[in-house]
Amino acid sequence: MVIELGHYALILALLLAAAQAFFGLAGPVLRRERWLAAVPSAACGQFVFTALAVAVLVHAFIVNDFSVRYVAENSNSALPLFYRVTALWGAHEGSMLLWILVLALWTMAVVASMRRLPVEFAARALGVLGVISFGFLLFTLATSNPFARLNPAAPDGNDLNPVLQDPAFAIHPPILYMGYVGFSVGFAFACAAMLEGRRDQLWARWMRPWTVMAWAFLSCGIALGSWWAYYELGWGGFWFWDPVENASFMPWLIGTALIHSLAVTEKRGLFKSWTLLLAVTAFSLSLLGTFLVRSGVLVSVHSFAADPSRGIFILAFLVVMIGGALLLYAWRAPRMKSAAGFDLMSRESFLLFNNILLTIAAAVVFGGTLAPLIADTLGLGTLSVGPPYFNPSFLVPMLPLLALVPLGMHARWKRGGLGEAGRPLLIALAVAAVLALALAFGVYAHPLTLTPIGATLGIWIMFAALIDPLSRWRRRLPLPAGVLGMSIAHLGLGVFVLGITFVQSNTIERDIALKPGESAQIGSYTFRYLGGEDIEGPNYEGFRGTVGISRGGRAVTVLHPEKRRYWVQGTVQTTAAIAPGLNRDLLAALGEDVGAGAWSLRFQYRPLIRLIWLGALIMAIGGVTAVLGWRQRGLAPSDASTAIAPGGPLGAATGSPAGSRGGVS
Amino acid sequence: MRPSRFAPALLLSAGLAALGLTASFSASAVDNTPPLPDPQLQQRYFELTHELRCMQCQNEALADSPVSLAADLRLQVRELLLAGQSDDQIRDHMVARYGEFILFRPRMSARNAWLWGAPPVLMLIGLVVAWRVVRTRRRLVGGDDDGGDADDADDGGSPGP
Repeated sequence: MVIELGHYALILALLLAAAQAFFGLAGPVLRRERWLAAVPSAACGQFVFTALAVAVLVHAFIVNDFSVRYVAENSNSALPLFYRVTALWGAHEGSMLLWILVLALWTMAVVASMRRLPVEFAARALGVLGVISFGFLLFTLATSNPFARLNPAAPDGNDLNPVLQDPAFAIHPPILYMGYVGFSVGFAFACAAMLEGRRDQLWARWMRPWTVMAWAFLSCGIALGSWWAYYELGWGGFWFWDPVENASFMPWLIGTALIHSLAVTEKRGLFKSWTLLLAVTAFSLSLLGTFLVRSGVLVSVHSFAADPSRGIFILAFLVVMIGGALLLYAWRAPRMKSAAGFDLMSRESFLLFNNILLTIAAAVVFGGTLAPLIADTLGLGTLSVGPPYFNPSFLVPMLPLLALVPLGMHARWKRGGLGEAGRPLLIALAVAAVLALALAFGVYAHPLTLTPIGATLGIWIMFAALIDPLSRWRRRLPLPAGVLGMSIAHLGLGVFVLGITFVQSNTIERDIALKPGESAQIGSYTFRYLGGEDIEGPNYEGFRGTVGISRGGRAVTVLHPEKRRYWVQGTVQTTAAIAPGLNRDLLAALGEDVGAGAWSLRFQYRPLIRLIWLGALIMAIGGVTAVLGWRQRGLAPSDASTAIAPGGPLGAATGSPAGSRGGVS
Repeated sequence: MRPSRFAPALLLSAGLAALGLTASFSASAVDNTPPLPDPQLQQRYFELTHELRCMQCQNEALADSPVSLAADLRLQVRELLLAGQSDDQIRDHMVARYGEFILFRPRMSARNAWLWGAPPVLMLIGLVVAWRVVRTRRRLVGGDDDGGDADDADDGGSPGP
């Protein structure tokens, strides 16, 4: 009965989403004030009923209601309570529900801050969000209903996939979705601006904090996913260029381009139509990612045919949303002309290069991800595209981009030039090069060709990010949130680049079979296999090995890699043991019992790998810093609707009207 | 083990794993192949097994796959290396048997020209676009028609005047 209530709540959410979409889009056109007033109410109602539906499903997981098919497929009475809750997003139906819930949360955040926006603009934006929500609710109810019953009920559930039984899995999908789905707000604002036929660039100021916030979430989400894959999948890789990973990385690349292009549009009124196109593209790629992952086309074109209803539905939805937005764009964008000019060495130029290079990078990832699909569809035979293609191809646009970052950060608007930052930048470059060479040849021997280049760029970007804050601090000048956030984010980029350079250059991995007492040399570390024992957990049994690691005769650490067999699904899961460190990670994983007491083992040494995730985290912190700062200095609603007053006390001060209350933070 | 009544559904849900989550759901494998005598051969073995893919998995290299077919292929690679074959010969051998699907690094052939050509061609297009936009905008620098200059004080930029 409770389950049916959840199902019913989801249907009500669908109807309210329809109302939100209709009143939001039709209200401004027909000039019905009462329709406009109904929009936020419909949005709130939609949120309440979506949350109710989610709560019902969580409850079903908690009480082990195996008469619900989704619960029976993804949970088990022996599963610990914590994982019974996170099992909610352990498979397709629940993931869709989470998607809808996250969209409703963002919608609520827009509602909470809409008094800072013109009424009609807010109504239109909420209307567009309503359309998206309606589509996903309809999809879920029609093709992937998580409330479907199982008759007769299963005696016990089929358990959550063991790799998902992990604490990181509890936070990774929600945070990733916050980013992914968060781009819907930028999309909705872009559509609203185009529907209104606005010629100004106020929408860019409104859109900016939302986009930066979504971008920060997405950065965190991707980093979390990479970290999770690193320790949970058990073979020490942190990025596989897997289609599913690429599906989240493409919106990130375009989203990064978007937050940079928004800066130009907001400040200088330039690139308006381009910014709109990016806002549409970022969210379209999120939708496309959902389609690619959900429809199964990427596994094989044939699996798409096996269950076409889901794929075709999403494809149709994709065509309507993206096609509609692009038509709108073709109609309205030509109006948005700007006569502003800038010189070659100006901030605008560098941001233009940033946008072009990031777009190319996204296009390369897009092409590589879809290549197998394209080749298969065109009858060109089967094809695989893996890291040996992505790694070099991705560097083609990325290396120039990284080299331009320190310059772009300090170039002045309009007439350009580096001004007083020129000398410190040059000194920073020289110091960075010396440090990079020392690291590449001294600390970590055997560099690749790109090692010194990557290290120089990483260190230079870190230094460059500090120049501005330090110089302001020395002169006791205020440090605006925008500058601080940008500096932090670029500092994170430098940290990330430094980390990835040395991980790629100096990782040592080795697979070897050892008897207890035998050892292997990994770089300067000695890994000694000391034997192992059988273990038993709440829902698995397994084997636990002991590996002692020493360096120069001195004990460093002891690792306990495990191999588990989960009873219900019979899945065998390797749990690698990792000794983390800021300067290096040491990893040991168990392979197989090769007889006579010997086990095959995988040992790895990865220098500076923590910097990859730390860098991503710092980038996200930079984004959040900027948003919080903008919000604090937010303009009053009346100011938001007047023209930009560049010289005013708040100046072009990004007075963010769209601070995010409620669900966002 | 009770036979799973949800096997098909489970396969599907595993295939459609939660968004952005995972490369593949199989447990990782550790290579049992005995090491090659020569470190250089071992290095080539390492690279080849990372460049050839497992034929049964979603997105795993031979080196990382737990599937028995992958273990067989690893052994084959090892034997071919010991037999003195070059990397290209080994790749050809694998492609002849399993098709180009087995290569994680698509061949630089006419058929794949668009794939390998994409990055440089896109860079060229980007360069042309950048050049054209900058050329147009430079002509407009003189005018004060853009609603005033942006204020350096907010969004970064050099702290100077």
